[in-house]
Amino acid sequence: MITYPFQYKRADSVADAVAMLGEGGKALSGGHSLIPSMKLRLNAPDTLVDVGRIAELKTITVDGNDLVIGAGATHGQIASSSVVKQHVPMFAEGAAHIGDPSVRNRGTIGGSLAHADPSADWPAMVLAADATIVVQGANGSRSIAASDFFTGLFSTALEDDELITAIRVSSQADAKMTYQKFAQPASRYALVGCAVVKSADGSVRVAFSGVSDTPFRDSAAESQLNGGASSANAASGQSIMSDHFATEEYRRHLANVYLKRALAAVA
Amino acid sequence: MQINLTVNGKARASEVEDRTLLVYYLREQLGLTGAHVACDTSSCGACTVHVDGVAVKSCTLLAAQADGCQVTTIEGLASGNDLHPLQQGFKECHGLQCGFCTPGMIMTAADLLNTNPHPSETEIRVALEGNICRCTGYHNIVKAIQWAAEHQAVPA
Amino acid sequence: MSNKFIGQSIKRVEDKRFITGKGRYTDDIKLPGMLHAHFVRSPYAHARVVSIDTAEALAIPGVVAVYTGDDVAAINGVPCGWQVNFRNGETMREPKHPMLIATGDTAKHAGDPVAVVIAETKEIAIDAAEAVLVEWDELPAIASPADALKDGAPLVHSQFPDNKAFDWSFGNPVEEVDAAIEASAHVTTLEFVNQRVVPNAMEPRAYIGHYDAVADKYTLYTSTQNPHLIRLLMCAFVLGIPEHRVRVVGPDVGGGFGSKIYHYTEEALVTWASKQLELPVKWTSDRSEAFLLDAHGRDHVTKAEMGFDADGNIMGLRIKTIANMGAYLSTFAPAVPTYLHGTLLQGLYTTPKINIDMTCVFTHTVAVDAYRGAGRPEATYLLERIIELAAHEMGKDPAQLRFQNFIPPFDGVTQPGYQTQVALQYDSGNYAPVLQKGLDLLGYDDFRQAQKQAANSNKLLGVGFSTYVEACGIAPSAVVGALGARAGLYESAQVRVQPTGKVSVFTGSHSHGQGHETTFVQVVADKLGIAMEDVELVHGDSDTVAFGMGTYGSRSLAVGGSAIMKSIDKVLEKGAKIAAHKLECAEGDLEYGEGKWTVKGTDKSIGFGDVALTAYVPHVYPAGLEPGLDFSSFYDPANFTYPFGCHIAVVEVDKETGKVDLKRMIAVDDVGNIINPMIVEGQIHGGLAQGIGQALFEGTIYDENAQLTNGSYMDYVMPRADDLPMFETANQITPCPHNPLGVKGAGEAGAIGSTPAVVNAVLDALWSGGHNDVKDILMPLTSERVWRAMNN
Ligand SMILES: Cc1cc2nc3c(=O)[nH]c(=O)nc-3n(C[C@H](O)[C@H](O)[C@H](O)COP(=O)(O)OP(=O)(O)OC[C@H]3O[C@@H](n4cnc5c(N)ncnc54)[C@H](O)[C@@H]3O)c2cc1C
Ligand code: FES
Ligand code: FES
Repeated sequence: MITYPFQYKRADSVADAVAMLGEGGKALSGGHSLIPSMKLRLNAPDTLVDVGRIAELKTITVDGNDLVIGAGATHGQIASSSVVKQHVPMFAEGAAHIGDPSVRNRGTIGGSLAHADPSADWPAMVLAADATIVVQGANGSRSIAASDFFTGLFSTALEDDELITAIRVSSQADAKMTYQKFAQPASRYALVGCAVVKSADGSVRVAFSGVSDTPFRDSAAESQLNGGASSANAASGQSIMSDHFATEEYRRHLANVYLKRALAAVA
Repeated sequence: MQINLTVNGKARASEVEDRTLLVYYLREQLGLTGAHVACDTSSCGACTVHVDGVAVKSCTLLAAQADGCQVTTIEGLASGNDLHPLQQGFKECHGLQCGFCTPGMIMTAADLLNTNPHPSETEIRVALEGNICRCTGYHNIVKAIQWAAEHQAVPA
Repeated sequence: MSNKFIGQSIKRVEDKRFITGKGRYTDDIKLPGMLHAHFVRSPYAHARVVSIDTAEALAIPGVVAVYTGDDVAAINGVPCGWQVNFRNGETMREPKHPMLIATGDTAKHAGDPVAVVIAETKEIAIDAAEAVLVEWDELPAIASPADALKDGAPLVHSQFPDNKAFDWSFGNPVEEVDAAIEASAHVTTLEFVNQRVVPNAMEPRAYIGHYDAVADKYTLYTSTQNPHLIRLLMCAFVLGIPEHRVRVVGPDVGGGFGSKIYHYTEEALVTWASKQLELPVKWTSDRSEAFLLDAHGRDHVTKAEMGFDADGNIMGLRIKTIANMGAYLSTFAPAVPTYLHGTLLQGLYTTPKINIDMTCVFTHTVAVDAYRGAGRPEATYLLERIIELAAHEMGKDPAQLRFQNFIPPFDGVTQPGYQTQVALQYDSGNYAPVLQKGLDLLGYDDFRQAQKQAANSNKLLGVGFSTYVEACGIAPSAVVGALGARAGLYESAQVRVQPTGKVSVFTGSHSHGQGHETTFVQVVADKLGIAMEDVELVHGDSDTVAFGMGTYGSRSLAVGGSAIMKSIDKVLEKGAKIAAHKLECAEGDLEYGEGKWTVKGTDKSIGFGDVALTAYVPHVYPAGLEPGLDFSSFYDPANFTYPFGCHIAVVEVDKETGKVDLKRMIAVDDVGNIINPMIVEGQIHGGLAQGIGQALFEGTIYDENAQLTNGSYMDYVMPRADDLPMFETANQITPCPHNPLGVKGAGEAGAIGSTPAVVNAVLDALWSGGHNDVKDILMPLTSERVWRAMNN
């Protein structure tokens, strides 16, 4: 319950933060993944760089046709944002089901994406929404497509000294979308989380959290559905996780049930 | 490191270790032992306090992160001798037994009523998702919060 | 005497401090100079300590001491408080739990301590504990009780070659039961596991040992359910220090559910260390440690067979169970599967022949002991599951099958108690009406209609019944002594009337959420006819309370309350002498009520306060009578008390996912007379949640190395607010005939009846959907298990 000793630094700006990360610091945003792991002594950074006070990371704005969510926006802020509800309503719907109210008051979208917990909710949503993750490093800014971002269990395309600054996603006010979650009964993370976006032209994007050790776009299911099928096999070709709460077989079954339910919700 | 913050309306300037969690700062340094520690995975909510008006798990926040903030704990919820409606509700409806989860329950419920003054039973239960009580089976906690919702001062 | 408070839902006196954050739990206490302890624990379930190197830890600034097994070799291990010998007379095998595992010895469950670091701050103690270097030799380990009995199983204690702690059989001779089952027209067989659960009181255990060298006195602050018992065990059996040199204080306690009855090694260790260092030493458990170290509950593997005649009358019940004791025998552990379980297998039924065969085994897991209900939930689970299954198999209505087999009503006053086949004599019972009331609340006929309709939808509906009788206030001492208890099971109380007529009551019961500061005061205020504000309850401190056995087994009111009643009787008896003297009448002419003695048929009276004052200022006073008005009593009950009731669960099962949604939970309980309905209802609610938790959510999971793999709230499923419905509760009142308050006990009832009701409901849902062959689903009924049951 007590972390290893470390040094605490507070960044006042993105530039400040990037500089501190370059010196080997680790970003601290909402702290709701990082601090729990440090309390259990599973993680021992020497320096924490608190990015939680950087005002520019907390804004939710519309830029042309894009919704731009600051990396430091909390789950709660997103869940109740009218701009989000208008442009990408699934984000508000899904954010409202992350953790509990206290977790939503502190935890941030940027922290969740950087942490890349395979059972977290954001990954499926940003994948299905085809969002872009905007990051800033010593050499400037770059954009990473969500589909390129998650590279494995708790790993991402992010470099150690890069900071996520925003999540950019094109406005999809005319699309139908949903995030459906079967929660692990103790932690309430996603045992299976299924995000489906159905564009005005009828094409669908499907993504899953909780199913495989890396969140993924279900391109196999998408091609079945976009080829005219009314249902599809979920997660085919994916390696499926297995644990006390769901064996591989049951998880695959749940993925299918949740895909079906999500499709019904956007029908 | 040095932190400056306001706790229950009182300005505090304290020296803390960088790694000090807010809950330990409150309990050990300020003697405010109302926030309890009942888990080490940020799951139970016994440590819930308000930081800048919203509920947070004080075991999952560094004291350093609360620097410059307004912190309210269960000890600061009543105004003088007037108990907060939630405190009254918990007593009226027998919303507590051993009392260990109670401060966290009340602080979480206070956050709920701030944003949703008239929650349904389901909304109350969902809002308590991050607060574990082993004694009451939650029935009377739900009733206590409903009682408080009915009896809270109507804003002018 | 009319009651003003008894029977009323008086709001709790103790709440004020808890709702304002002023509760004072052990970890809230800070003493000058206090040091902090942190233990170095075995990462393995079974491993030999090859060497321990403390040099690096000792060199860390702020570290005051590091102790290992060698330092505490002279201290006895923690003993067991109950002895159950083998069937063949062989003595129970009772390995003591050492304070710290010494070099060369083996740790026997994950978390067994090898060293303790004591430092100026908790942070330093934790950091330094990582610097204690222990070399381990990992050995094979077992967690499952069935595995423990297999040939070649790793041994927990090498001196006990079969891993058995003891075995036991009980009830009618097995040949008679065999014959009854043989002769039955239908036999229902059920093999099941009553899984291991973790008590999870929200306050983690915490202790502060404080030795005062000047006074040569120890004080132990401990989160315990029974301070005096801890003092007795720790002084007499572990540390060997005289009891009058030890004060044990139980401050506010954040729940126990059994887990804080027992004497744990850490308690003795901080007490001992405070003497070595002459400074207070505190240890507070983390939740992760609590999962590993607090005594767990249940853990039975059972095969039960129940025989019926052609009309559905129960003919016999035969049971074989293996019970897991864990690595050591905890304080009450041997009593739980035996005298608290085997003796309850009559249930509410007239079963003429019953036999249980029990084998209690050691495994490389933490000790199992009494957890809310202790033995009775196991017995009820067995009976209520098998009778429900029998009804299904025989095509009978489960409620009707119960009605048919219930013991007829008996009040224990005009009719004798009911003599069971398993030793107990029930005090009073009237079983059919509680089930009928439950059915009425449910709306049984309408339910079956709705269930039929639901069978074609995506969600199946099911109802599950459970009726129970349980035994509370375990006693009398002579009987439990003969059954192996090493302590008496009475209670003490002192009623001290102050000169002004205010009353201090000292009880050996110890509240950890039960609201004694309210209920006990209600009783005293009513019996004395004074205001509740004029009565104060003192408990939880061995220096102020003469003696006590504590709070567990739903015993506080039935036993502790009765002791108080005895003292009140003595107060009133002496008071009457003083009053008669003052009023110049005969004692027999007086009646007591409304706080005064009145000469019958007159308006001449004297108040309680005046009599009290006279007792302490005895100027006009009966000759030969001692001054003062202060009485102690010990109450040793004549029998257990036997609450009973009926719990009904309604569930919805998602056909596609197997997810169970508990829609309704109905509980009709008869806990005898009720002092405070609000508090009794609260006790029932809490018990229901725990029982539901066992049915649907909770259970330990050990891997092949006997490591607990779900030892945190991220993996161990605690029931949460959104998992439960509002509970529907009702009461029937059949007073206990043999204690002065007529109370039976309500602390555990909820946890006893609800578990089988919920499991039965899920099975009923599945049966309604055509899955007729499903006989059992392993608890907890996870979505996957239910889904598999529907898809096999
Ligand atoms: C009790 C509990 C329940 C939860 N339930 C859920 C749930 O149901 N679903 C779910 O999805 N999540 C859940 N979470 C996790 C929660 O959503 C976290 O908030 C989130 O995963 C991490 O966000 P954070 O802002 O707290 O990040 P932090 O904990 O501060 O950081 C997490 C990681 O991201 C890095 N990081 C943070 N910000 C940035 C940035 N801007 N750029 C680069 N790297 C960064 C950090 O260095 C760290 O490695 C739960 C957490 C708790 C404690
Ligand atoms: S102690 Fe903070 S959530 Fe449990
Ligand atoms: S009242 Fe004891 S944990 Fe909630």
